[in-house]
This record gives sequence, structure tokens and C-alpha cells, in this order.
Amino acid sequence: MGEDVTTDLRVAVSMTVNGEPVTALVETRLLLAHFLREEAGLAAVRIGCDTTSCGACAVLLDGRAIKSCTLFAVQASGRMVTTIEGIADDEDLHPVQAAFREEHALQCGFCTSGFVMATLELLGANPDPTEHEVREGLSGNLCRCTGYANIVAAALKAAEAVRPTGDDRA
Amino acid sequence: MKLTGTSVRRVEDRAILTGGTRYLDDIRIPGTLHCSMVRSQFARADLVSIDVSGAESTPGVVRVFTATDLGNANGPIPQPTWSAAPEGLQQHVEVMSRPEHVHLLAPGRVRYVGEPVAAVLATSPYAAADGAREVYADYEPREPVVDLDGSRNLVGGPLNDSWPDNLAARFVIRKGDVDLAFARADHMVSGTFRSGRQTGTPIEPRGVLADPTRPVFTVWSSNQAPHWLRDALASYFGLDPGEIRVVAPDVGGGFGIKSMVYPEELLIPELARRMSTPVKWVETRTENFLAAVHARDQQHHIELALAGDGRFLGLRDRFATDAGASNLESLIVPYNTAAHLQGTYRIPAVHIVHESYLTNKAPLSAYRGAGRPEAVFPMERIIDVAARKLGIDPATVRQRNMITRDEMPYHAGVRYRDGTPLSLDGGDYRGVFDEALRRAGVEYWREEQARARTEGRLVGIGYANYIEGTGIGPTETAVAVLEPDGAVAITVAVPSQGQGHATVLGQLAADAMGVPLESVTVRQGDTGLIATGGGTIASRTAVVVGTAVSVAGAELRSRVLDRAAGLLEVDPGDLTIEDGRVSVVGAPARSVSLAGCSEPGAGPPLEATAGFDPGRVTFAYGTHVAVVEVHPITGHVTILKYVVVHDCGKLINPMIVDGQVVGGIAQGVGAALSEELLYDESGQLATASFLDYQIPRTTDMPTPEVYHFETPSELNPLGVRGVGEAGTIGPPAALAGAIEDAIGKADAVIDRCPMPPSYVAGLIDPAVASPD
Repeated sequence: MGEDVTTDLRVAVSMTVNGEPVTALVETRLLLAHFLREEAGLAAVRIGCDTTSCGACAVLLDGRAIKSCTLFAVQASGRMVTTIEGIADDEDLHPVQAAFREEHALQCGFCTSGFVMATLELLGANPDPTEHEVREGLSGNLCRCTGYANIVAAALKAAEAVRPTGDDRA
Repeated sequence: MKLTGTSVRRVEDRAILTGGTRYLDDIRIPGTLHCSMVRSQFARADLVSIDVSGAESTPGVVRVFTATDLGNANGPIPQPTWSAAPEGLQQHVEVMSRPEHVHLLAPGRVRYVGEPVAAVLATSPYAAADGAREVYADYEPREPVVDLDGSRNLVGGPLNDSWPDNLAARFVIRKGDVDLAFARADHMVSGTFRSGRQTGTPIEPRGVLADPTRPVFTVWSSNQAPHWLRDALASYFGLDPGEIRVVAPDVGGGFGIKSMVYPEELLIPELARRMSTPVKWVETRTENFLAAVHARDQQHHIELALAGDGRFLGLRDRFATDAGASNLESLIVPYNTAAHLQGTYRIPAVHIVHESYLTNKAPLSAYRGAGRPEAVFPMERIIDVAARKLGIDPATVRQRNMITRDEMPYHAGVRYRDGTPLSLDGGDYRGVFDEALRRAGVEYWREEQARARTEGRLVGIGYANYIEGTGIGPTETAVAVLEPDGAVAITVAVPSQGQGHATVLGQLAADAMGVPLESVTVRQGDTGLIATGGGTIASRTAVVVGTAVSVAGAELRSRVLDRAAGLLEVDPGDLTIEDGRVSVVGAPARSVSLAGCSEPGAGPPLEATAGFDPGRVTFAYGTHVAVVEVHPITGHVTILKYVVVHDCGKLINPMIVDGQVVGGIAQGVGAALSEELLYDESGQLATASFLDYQIPRTTDMPTPEVYHFETPSELNPLGVRGVGEAGTIGPPAALAGAIEDAIGKADAVIDRCPMPPSYVAGLIDPAVASPD
């Protein structure tokens, strides 16, 4: 069916990536993951599978974690994307990044950005998760190095660091 | 403060966490052509013709290559692999391994689904994939060989034209008089146990980029052993090794899968040279399942002879490997299996026969553990069978046979795969086992098991003991240089795939030099920086490279002190290095900075090079204890507790060591419970994605407890033993024992891994499974 596919359809796509506007004329079939890598130059958006299984490409789209290999770039047009490159405050690592380092939650690093972004969403939705909730919340991402124990520990440690203190907790 | 022995946080992490890393696909060179491979859709077929015209007229496609287009460059070339059998083995063991040749693209016939058939070059990855879809190959399918029986029976004729049969490799190991041992035994148990076909699935797939436009032809590959790849490329192109530079950039996991030289790693550089432009190929996950090496897939028929008190008298093991379409693994993995089979146990007489057979599957080779999990599984299984037959607790049977501290060094009576006599170099095997029982709370769980039984719940305990030869040669070299700014630069050959070389080797160098970790940089994985070296394989980096780094660092310190002594006009023995300065002990005002020592006016550049040849391997060992609950109806296994007590000698960075062990356990849990590469009768791989090949997720894994004994190795000055593979070795055996114990049915013997719920459920007594 190759002859039915027109490959030269191009469309202008604009989105805000880590606070900066990015615009490019791209093929309609271009995946968001490839847009972020090729047009926005964000190498930490990584691709580890072709079945939406591994989550290495996870980014925040309007604040929600999505696997950027499952969306076309055009679907993200006009929206806001955050990647791991955009979460640190200059020299200071984001508390989730810092917790990953402190707890040795990464080895080869290929899956790490996806896990960090998934953790950000998890803690946004549930600032005080149990270990079980962390494991459920991160079950859409695959890591082959760590055995997950330290990733779970990092997420729990990050939760302590980022959640509102005192009365807000209830 | 000494850094060695402390859990320093990794120096690699900031770059990874902020997007500063560069994996293969992140390397950009203008003008690069992107390659998409066309792969065989048949397991065994004659390739009648290939029509590439549709591909060549696809927008963006620049060129399509088939075997015919490559001519002589397509091969056959000798399989670039580890040497078949070192002299020490050939002299003492009956060994045979048939030499293998490879082609870059399938020449007229295909041997497995996924074998490269054509390469499409285009201006973008999307266009290359478009083109690959337009390549039409005409196949004449033949009857495929999909299992050992088919291979032995020569279904469809021999798979390799120049061999009389499908036997790729064979060896026989004898120790003592095994027939006499069996004749005199009070008991004999036997069983057939299979370790399923699995693979490492690093989350970063393979990838190669070749740039022929540089002054030195440069190839980047997501590979664990760039120097071996360089040598293979030099041999392939007929160049001097110095005329090719191979770089392993940041690598997203390897696990042995990236330690071979693949056809694609020769093909992409060949195409780049032909096109006179950079060419890049990045593997898809589907390709990774189809065409990166598979592993395990051994079937053992094992027999154990015992005295009435449970002492082991003799062991027979006849095992076979489904090698896939070529003799890639040769003797490496199966010989590892044989060498590690006796493990932590005293066994006076042993007879092992191994045979490796070709089939129409992806080639088999090393995956983390590399033969050891496949040894421990049948050995620990048969011990559990024996314990039940003799009515002795499985822990007790093990204790009665474990080599004790007093027997060290213990000569196992067989050869290691490097040809040297296998000598267990210290440790407290029995002590580690007892500690594991205590840490796991086995007494508590026995009570809990009985209590659970009364409620219809199935709880069980399983054990696995193992040894691991670590730190194999060849020699590794480290170069330490005092930089103009007073920092220390360490260069080694072996690249990291997540093991934290920059941190661990940095700790060793910093301690040797007497400088903080921040003053040390570690360069690795680039043949342009250091001429020789091996690879990051076989749990060898800490032992072999770590020692070289430590010695080079100490030598550099001594040269720095000599230099400073001259500058300060004192005796070098009166000097110390602190806070970036070399100063006189007791008179810190008399000092010179490290930068001052490396100023051109102070003398020639200061550097030191050290090599370390380990001679023979040093053995790590340990015990895994698993406690599981098995769902009586579904067969689903929940791991209630997982304890490891391990001895890898002196710990350089305990945090990283535990990370290695726990990560390995996850791969072992996958191997035990869910991971299997399944081919159907036509030789199609039915599990070619993460949807079908289930590696553990967060929800599948327990948080294991890891404890250490630290028996220093006497075979290297650091006292370390390797740890990279330990975690993967125990889980299939420990979990099989635990599941079998939970099921608690006399005739229910777990005879394979993985053990998915469907398999476990089939073993459960229907009376237990019925809800009342």
C-alpha cells in the first residue's frame, strides 16, 4: 500500500517547548518524539521501542505525561511541551532529578528522562504516594538496568521534597 | 578521606539528568545518509531474486545495496568472535568447534527471520524506511529447523553446506570415576531441565555511524568492546588498526548483547566508504528482537549420585544448546556453563558432555551471566529433587556439600574457559549461605508456610548458590596524565554501559593520587585515545581495569612527588598531596600546586601508564533466597522476600555494587517468570516486541535485600572480585525452588524457566486449586 501514502505532505507546526517557541515545516507523519529530537534538538527524548512500551520518550504535554512516540507532531501544535532539559532551575537540579541521583536510580541513563517525567506527573497528581502507588504510577516505563528499587526510592524521596508542607498535606 | 569503599554519588548522573549525554543516535554529522535494513521474512529460504527498483525510485532514497552489489566485500569472512578454544583447553579437554563464516547481507539464502537481506540508504530515516518497504524479495521457502530434534535429524539437510551435520560445537569434561561413583551411590536422582531462549534488551537498541570523510576513518557503535570491533574492521578492510578509530559513545545498556561484532557493524562502514559520506543505522526494537543475539536456550539432562546422608558422590550432565543460525557463541557460553556447574559444592566425580546445534533462529551468544544461570538452574533443581527424595531439608543438603573456608583454595578438578585449572580463590561459601538463611528469616517463613497452608495459600522458599569467575584477561592498560590545570586525566579502553566507570575508576585514581574525585576525569571507549584493550564484559572492569588505573595513579603520584621534590628542593618522602598542592609534611607553607608541577617550565609532561594482566579469574560467589506466594488457581507468583548475600571482595562503591546486583536480579526474575523468545513451527519469532516479550516492570519486582561478605581477592592488589553478572545468576533457580516448595506436590517438579503462570498453574494439585 506504499503507493497510497503521500510522503511529501508538509505542515507548519508550532509549539512551546521548555518555554521557547519552536516552529518547523514538517511531514504530517512526523512523530512528536522525532520533532523534539530533530527540530527542537532535545536529545534526552529517547526512543527505545516501536510499540509504545518503554516510555523512554515520555514528556509532559500541557502538564500531562505522554509517550511522545505515540503522537504526531501536528497533534501537539499550539500546545506546551516540557522535557527533562527544561525542569532544572539553572545549576540546581529539580528535586526529582536530585532524588534520582541521590538514590542511584539510573545506570545507563537511556530510560531516565522518561522515568523522571513520569515521576513528575505522578507526584503532581498524588503528592504523597505509597510505594504501591509509585510502582503503579511508573509501570508504563521500562528500565533494564536498575531493577526499579532505586527508582521507586527516588520517587518517594522526591515526593517528600516537592510536596506542600504542613497543613496543605492533610 | 579515602573514597574507595564509600558510596560516592555518580559523576555521570548530572549529564544524564539534564540532557547532556550523547548516545549513538544523538551524534549528528551533516550529510549523513540513513540506513534501513530489509530483513528476511522467512526462517529458511532460497533468495531467488530481489527487486529494488521501487525502493530506488522512492523519494529520498539514494542507493540500495544487496549481496550482489557488494560482491567480494559481502564475504564470506571468518566470524569475528572470541577465540574458539585456548591452548589450555585443547590440551586437557576434548573440544570441537566448527569455524564459522559470515556474510554482511544474505547471499542467495536466508537462515533466520531477521537476517539482513538489503540495505537502503536515504536522506532521512523516514525515507529509508519507506524505501525498505518497497524492496521486494522473492523467496523459495524451505523446511525450517526450529528445535534440537529437527537439527539432529537434519531436517531439510545440513544448515551449513560445508558441514556434514548440524553439530556446531561439542566438548567433554571428565573428573574422577563417575561410573564408580554412581555404582556405589545409595541414591540417584535425574531430571531434564531447560533454560528458555532469552535476550538482554538494552533499552537503547544497537546502532552504528561511520564517517569516511575524517582524516582517520571513524566508526561509532553502541558496542561494549570498541577495540575488538576496530580489530575486526581493520581485518575486514585490510587496514592497520591505527587507520581506523572506533568510538563507543554513551551506551544505553549492553548486557553482553552488544559485545559481539555484528554484520551491521561491518556493513555500515563498508557502505560509508563506498558512498564517501557518513552513514548511520539505528536499530528498531523489532530488529533488536529478531537479529541481535539471543541467549540461554540450553537443555540439560542431569544425574546426581548421593550417599545416604545426602553427600554428593558424582554428577553427570549431558546438555545441548540451540545455537541458532550460526556458531557465533562457539564454546564460550556452554563452556562457562560446564565450568560453573559444580558451583559451591564438593563433587568428587563429574562427567559433562555438551553439544551445540544449528537451527533457523537468530544466533545465540552471551547475555549477562553467560552460561552461569544455565548451570545453576539444573544444578540447584536436581539438589531440590534429591532433597525431596531423601527427605532431607533442601538447605541441609546444601550445607552438607558446600565447600568450606578451610578447604580454600579449592581445586575444582576442571579447567576454566581460559584454559587454566579452575581454582576457587577463597571465600566462605557455607558462611554466606547460613547468613542468607538468617537474613531471609527462613525459620519464620517455614512457620508462615505451614500457617498459610491451613488457609489454602501456597508459600514456598527456594535457594540458589553460585560461583562466578570474574576479571578474565586480556591485559588492560590505563594511562594517567597530570593536566596543565593540575587535574588528573585517566584513559582506559573499556566503555561504560551504565556501570559507572567514570565514578568507580575515578575513585580509584583519586585515592591513588591523593586528589579529590572532582579533579579526575575518566576517558573511555575510544580507540583513538588508547591503542589496546578488551571490552566491558565478563564482570572484569573493576578487577582488571580498576587495578591498572590504581597502579597508574600511584605511579603518577610518585612522579608528581619527584617533580615537586625537585622544585621544592626536599626529599620526595617528605611530601604529601593535599587540596591540589604538593606540600612538605609539617611545613605546609612550602608547597607547589599540582598545576605548577605540570607547567612546561617544570619539565616534561607528567604521565604514567600501567597494565594489568590478571593471569586467571578470581571467583565471586553468593546465595540467593526467594520466598514466594503462588496463587492456587492462576499460578501467579508474588515474590514476598528476596535476599542476596554476596561476596565480591572489597567493595569500591557499595551503592554501585548493590545497583549492579539488584539490576541483575530483575533480569533474573524476568528469566524466571516471564521472558521467553518463542518461535513457531515456521520459524517466525512470535515474541518480537515488548508487548509479547515481557521484561519486568515496576509492579513485577520486589525490593531485594543485598548483604555482603568482603573476602579480599589475592589475585589483584585491590582485593576485588567482579560483580556485574551476579544478580542474574540466581533468580531462576531460587524462584523455581520456591515455587516448587510452595506447590508442595511430590510429583510436581519445575523443569524449565521461564515459569509463567500458565505453566505454574498446571503443576498445582487440583484439590488445592479448588476454592473449597
